[in-house]
Amino acid sequence: MSQRGELPTWVDIGLIPLINLAIALFISGLVVVIIGENPFRALWIMLEGALGSVKGWSYMFYYATNFIFTGLCVAVAFHAGLFNIGGDGQAYVAGLGAATPGLLLGGALAAVLPAGISQPITILIALLGSIVMGAAYGWVPGYLQAKRGSHIVITTIMFNFIASSLMVYLINNVFRPVGKMAVESRSIDDAYILNFRELGRLVGVKLPSSPLNPVVLLAFLAAFLVWYLLWRTKLGYEIRAVGANTDAAIYAGIKPQRIIMIAMAISGGLAGLVAFNEIIGVQHRLLLDFVGGAGFVGIAVALMGRSHPLGIVFAALLFGLLYQGGTELSFAIQTISRDMIVVIQGLVILFMGALEDAFRPWLSALFFKVED
Amino acid sequence: MTPAIELINIDKRFGAVHANNNVSLSIAKSSIHGIIGENGAGKSTLMSILFGFYAADKGEINVDGKPVKIKTSTDAIALGIGMVHQHFMLVDPFTVLENVILGAEGGALIGPALAKARAELKRLADEYELDVDPDAIVGELPVGLQQRVEILKALYKGADVLILDEPTGVLTPDEADHLFRILQQLRDQGKTVVLITHKLREIMAVTDHVSVMRRGEMVATKKTAETSVEELAELMVGRRVLLHVDKGKANPGDVVLDVKNLVWRDRKGTPRVDGVSFQVRKGEIVGIAGVSGNGQSELLDVITGIAKATSGTVMFEGDDITALHDPAILRQRGMAHVPEDRQHRGLITSFSAAESAILGWQNDPKLGRSYHLNRNAVIEQCRKQMEEFDVRPADPLLKSAKFSGGNQQKLILAREIGSNPDLLIVGQPTRGVDIGAIEFIHKRLIQLRDMGKAILLVSVELDEIRSLSDRILVMFSGRVMGELDSSADERECGLLMAGVVKDAA
Repeated sequence: MSQRGELPTWVDIGLIPLINLAIALFISGLVVVIIGENPFRALWIMLEGALGSVKGWSYMFYYATNFIFTGLCVAVAFHAGLFNIGGDGQAYVAGLGAATPGLLLGGALAAVLPAGISQPITILIALLGSIVMGAAYGWVPGYLQAKRGSHIVITTIMFNFIASSLMVYLINNVFRPVGKMAVESRSIDDAYILNFRELGRLVGVKLPSSPLNPVVLLAFLAAFLVWYLLWRTKLGYEIRAVGANTDAAIYAGIKPQRIIMIAMAISGGLAGLVAFNEIIGVQHRLLLDFVGGAGFVGIAVALMGRSHPLGIVFAALLFGLLYQGGTELSFAIQTISRDMIVVIQGLVILFMGALEDAFRPWLSALFFKVED
Repeated sequence: MTPAIELINIDKRFGAVHANNNVSLSIAKSSIHGIIGENGAGKSTLMSILFGFYAADKGEINVDGKPVKIKTSTDAIALGIGMVHQHFMLVDPFTVLENVILGAEGGALIGPALAKARAELKRLADEYELDVDPDAIVGELPVGLQQRVEILKALYKGADVLILDEPTGVLTPDEADHLFRILQQLRDQGKTVVLITHKLREIMAVTDHVSVMRRGEMVATKKTAETSVEELAELMVGRRVLLHVDKGKANPGDVVLDVKNLVWRDRKGTPRVDGVSFQVRKGEIVGIAGVSGNGQSELLDVITGIAKATSGTVMFEGDDITALHDPAILRQRGMAHVPEDRQHRGLITSFSAAESAILGWQNDPKLGRSYHLNRNAVIEQCRKQMEEFDVRPADPLLKSAKFSGGNQQKLILAREIGSNPDLLIVGQPTRGVDIGAIEFIHKRLIQLRDMGKAILLVSVELDEIRSLSDRILVMFSGRVMGELDSSADERECGLLMAGVVKDAA
């Protein structure tokens, strides 16, 4: 039984996440102590690694780009009452949509059109391709849930495995040029987005090397568009109505099956943008496992950001910081291996995501005593 | 004699809401004590504090003259306080016996507890007229018996004080009478009964003392024998209320809704609506009476397009809409629907009032062109509706869940009536709504009728049906048992509601 009133908003969206973060860091610190290192030094190296240089910042925003996309992916589904765990698979399959236009069309278009026109067209097709492939791959579990009653959590998990096997097969047997040792496609030479370092060089500004590229702006735009969709459109209203109360939605004449499929398609499309960032913005080729678990981090990001686009942007930046700082940390302190970083990130996900409400009762007891 | 329960200066706030303001109450042993008040008057909060669901901010509780601290319901049960909730806390697939020992299993094996409970149930059944088959599956019992199981549960755990929260809401008049006999028996055997209700008649029929709450305050405690329905009603709302609806004669016009041989079967193939036929004309209110669960909800679902008819036809303004199965289109054509269950259907509790106030009308072009939803238009429309229907607080941005039941209902009515429908379908318009709001809602419905609109009203409150309707249909077990006019007496309705057809009786 809930015994007390609701907490003020600033506690809900500010204090609680901060407490959870602090506890996650504290326990991570204990782990660092156990392996015999100084936790404060480790924390400092992480912060310094992410925030102490332009390069650190660039990497942080690069990681955050993917996390914003996947965080939004989880959030849109969540507002429709669906738990989409399949962001990873949707992003992976979207790689087909991102890479194929450049590989197939790029050369042909470049032959007939000047480069200044053919390249943007190819990139635009790749963008649409990423969204469409991701959306299609998200739509299928949505269809199965809506029309066949298969639970979305189960199907999206299975679809991650299917995506993984499918992509290994396709990349190895279809995209890999004959004679190439690495399991990846040939590089896309005709249509890709320059990263900020290369762009800087064009205008004579020297920037450190990093994969950060203009797609990060697309991430912020996507966050705005998702906010607009959910709170300023009729479709968004219907999505939220289905998620909040399906019976009321049916009463209102909204068809939940239709909304579930649409929401899953939008969700998958957002995940698909990860492929656009990685393939068109960073790697310029289709390669194995380019998603790198961003789909799962997206779940934690969405939970921490309370499924609100603004919260997701901040949460994604925090996880970007952890990723970048963690990488630096494993370079700086040899005993803290890459796996240790995964442990620390896991703890943050645990406290921010799974245990997000663990301290709420305690905090609310504290709060309402103070107010008397 | 020391009172069984004494509540002294209990104070409880939920944020800005002062749910209990310095409330004191003394309940005599071996008596039936009624607590009445409008919704949101603080009755349930007070009893929840006594039962350990909420902690009071201030105040003391004495049980049998001794000061006690009740922090959880376990504490309350240990002190001999039992509660029968409005919504039963039963495990449907379990037997009566298994439900009774729930929370008192006493060890890893339940055999001994079951044997003990069986003996105890037999004793209780003999003593209080509380017989239920101990091996029946609870989910298969009628609600009246389920409620008895709840009472048995409390008594089995040693309750001396029994709190019943709105116990008759789900019962037929007959079942309610039986319940009252049980309560009187309990009192005569030395138990203390606290009855929370908003039905004045029940208070007069069964209680020894009655306390009236209004807006979180205890306004009076009286001996039931020394008060009257009118006095209590006035104390509850703080002014005289019209218990009867003033309405002129109906002027029925063209047929708006024409239902013929309508059948709806559930998944198991059981006909829940079984060959129902009736018409609703312009300018009249047709009431459907019946104990809840006799097919009224399903009938409304089929008419409003939420469920699909198995057979039969529904004609709306001359068009066959049986196969349409689309609430959105019906709404556009002028069929408004106030659903029976406002919490689960009528609005979305986590949405703001303004957002709930467009539920079903979200695609209205007035609220934004094509895909866009104009937030200012939504808020402005809600503000107007709130003003017209006197919704309090008049804050369109407040969460729907934070309004009282009556105000939520007004919000829904404002939305549905505001669309200027040709046919208004209303389910349980005043369930869980306070007297002030009931009066208001009834007036609006009559007003709408007099404007020449057709209204189909479903309610389990016989008084409401009788005072509002121009014609009354009684449903029992999916069928219409008969049609009565508004002057029909209560007994006649009651017999039909119990499935007894006049000729056979």
